[in-house]
Parts: sequence; C-alpha cells; structure tokens
Amino acid sequence: MVQLTLPKNSTLTQGKTWAKPAGAKNIREFKIYRWSPDAGQNPSVDTYYVDLDDCGPMVLDALIKIKNEVDPTLTFRRSCREGICGSCAMNIDGSNTLACTKGIDDIKGAVKIYPLPHMPVVKDLVPDLTNFYAQHRSIEPWLKTATPEPEKEWLQSHADREKLDGLYECILCACCSTSCPSYWWNGDRYLGPAVLLQAYRWLIDSRDEAKGERLDNLEDPFRLYRCHTIMNCAQTCPKGLNPAKAIAEIKKMMVERRV
Amino acid sequence: MSMRTPLSRVRGLGSAKEGTGHFWHQRVTGAALAILVTLFLILLIAIAGRPYPEVMAVLSNPFVALLMVLMVAAGAWHMKLGMQVVIEDYFHGGLLIAAVIANTFFSIAVGLATALALLKISFGG
Repeated sequence: MVQLTLPKNSTLTQGKTWAKPAGAKNIREFKIYRWSPDAGQNPSVDTYYVDLDDCGPMVLDALIKIKNEVDPTLTFRRSCREGICGSCAMNIDGSNTLACTKGIDDIKGAVKIYPLPHMPVVKDLVPDLTNFYAQHRSIEPWLKTATPEPEKEWLQSHADREKLDGLYECILCACCSTSCPSYWWNGDRYLGPAVLLQAYRWLIDSRDEAKGERLDNLEDPFRLYRCHTIMNCAQTCPKGLNPAKAIAEIKKMMVERRV
Repeated sequence: MSMRTPLSRVRGLGSAKEGTGHFWHQRVTGAALAILVTLFLILLIAIAGRPYPEVMAVLSNPFVALLMVLMVAAGAWHMKLGMQVVIEDYFHGGLLIAAVIANTFFSIAVGLATALALLKISFGG
C-alpha cells in the first residue's frame, strides 16, 4: 500500500526561532523547513524574521537575505533569479512554485517554505531530483532522424513551429511532477507530467522521425496511464503551461494509431 | 544498496506496449453505459411499484432482456477496468498482483451471476 502518513524519521519538529531584526518596522515571518543529513535528527521548521523595507520583493530575495545576514547554513538552490533556470523550485505557501518569481506580497501571513513534496531531501530546501532527470533522459529528448542531415538545417513551417508553443517554455523545474499524487505514489514507474510534456514536445515536432518508436516507449499502464487528469500540474506550473493537456494529446495519439 | 544507474532503474523492464486497450475500453464502455443506464432508469421508473408477475413479464421481453444483459456486461467490465486503475495506483508488489486477480474474479462472477439471473427470467425459469 502507499504510505499516507510521514515515516517516523520525517515527522516535523519545532525548530529554532531566530531574532527579529533590530529597529525594523515592516517585519515578515518566514517558516522554513530545515533538515541536515549530518545532524541525525528529524526535520524541523525554523522561524526567521525579515525586514521587508530592506529586502527585494520576491521570496528568493528573502531567502538570500536570510542566508547572507542571519543563518548561512540555510541551504537552497538558485541561479538565474528570473524564472528561466528552474533551480529555486520549492513549496511556498502550500503550492509548488519558483521562489524567484513568487512575490512576498502575494502571500498572507507567515511565508511557509518547504522543499518540493515527496522527493528525497538532500538538505533543507534541496530535493534529490536524480530519478526525475533520469526519466527525462529516458524519453530521449532530442531530434531523432533517419533522413540524411540537410546541408543547412531541418526546415519547419510556421504552422508546425506554433505547435511547440506551450511546450518549449518548460524549464524542467519539477513543480508539476512533484505536485502530482500519481507521481507521489508511483514516481518510480510513472514518468510524471513534466517528462510527459517533454515527450509530447518531441512527438509533435514536425522534424522528428521517431514518432512511432517514441509512442512505443511510452505505451505502458504505468509510464503514461497513471495520469488521471487530476490537474495539479496545470494549476501549479509557474510558467503557466498545461502538462495535463499534453498527456491527453499523447493518449489521443495512442488511440489514433490502433483504432 | 543498489549500484544500478538511475537510467537503468527508470528504463526497468521496458515499456509494456499496452495500456491503450484498457484506456480505450474504459471510454467505450463508459459511452455505452451512458445510453444503457439512461434506458434502464426509464424502465425502472416504468415498472416501479408494479406487481411481481408483471415485472417478471416485462423482464422476459427479449428487448428488455437484451438491454439488461448489455448493461450488466458493460457495467461489470467497466467496473473491473475502473477498479484496476485504483488498485494500480495504491497497491505495490505482490499485493498489487493479488488485488488485480481478485478484482477480475469478482467482476466476472458478479457480471455472470446477474446475467444468468436475467436469462433465467427471460427463458421462464
């Protein structure tokens, strides 16, 4: 059976409350998940206070401020700070999103920050995405052709190029996959929304010549058919994409080639 | 600790190359049931409160019997497919296989028992 409660060593404990910044008037409370593999203890939730008058507008700005000025041991991934690298994906205020594009103003009350759900935690807000990346690798996300390569480039009509809109924008931040209950229960066999959206991106590419082979590789009760259109993926995607629709399109292709 | 690479774990035993049949049959039986259950409800309203011999006479009408048997067949198969999806979601390993088999046995038994009862009425048993 799936495990519906947290294992004993994952139950949250009360963490440390850090001092409020002196003389600050516009203070915001941040409750942040902490766990270190070296401590040998259960995860805890630490409370930090940030002076918003002396901080950038995004949740990532506050995290960086906390790391620089309050607690240098706070661990998280970040890189581009403009929603294009996908590194700072985490669970903020109850939904998966990018810390760099989520405004602190959008959240009421204390800002609660946890790592992406149901992934092994490396440390604090850093999840282990090894399986996720291997799943992406397994769909062979590159152009596959048998026709000899043209001298200049593979041509594509404007209409065919438009079919990639809403797909190519995916930055593989894993917000959608880790919000999907089917992915929680069967993440070892179900490819999940992000990887299936990527798979569809190659299936629909007019230049690709391996459509049948790609569909063969996906046709599986677990790899593809664990999607039950729960729609958490579309709701949480920080880029506003709709992986559920891409998955439905793959299912249509599967039916089309046999009925 | 396993020393297999992440890609080897993800590829596992490869794709089952099936699942579309299951998906498609669930939709087709669903569409069939939308029609059959509507007709069944009309029938149910028509015979509600009527005495036993009259109900038996209605059920032994070949067209009514056909509707009922079709509904039971589509319903039992749809139930089997739908329940299997839930089982595959929540059960793993040996328990998964046992539950899938039990679900198949149950659905076929319920479907056939109901169909048999309808045929018995239909043929005047």
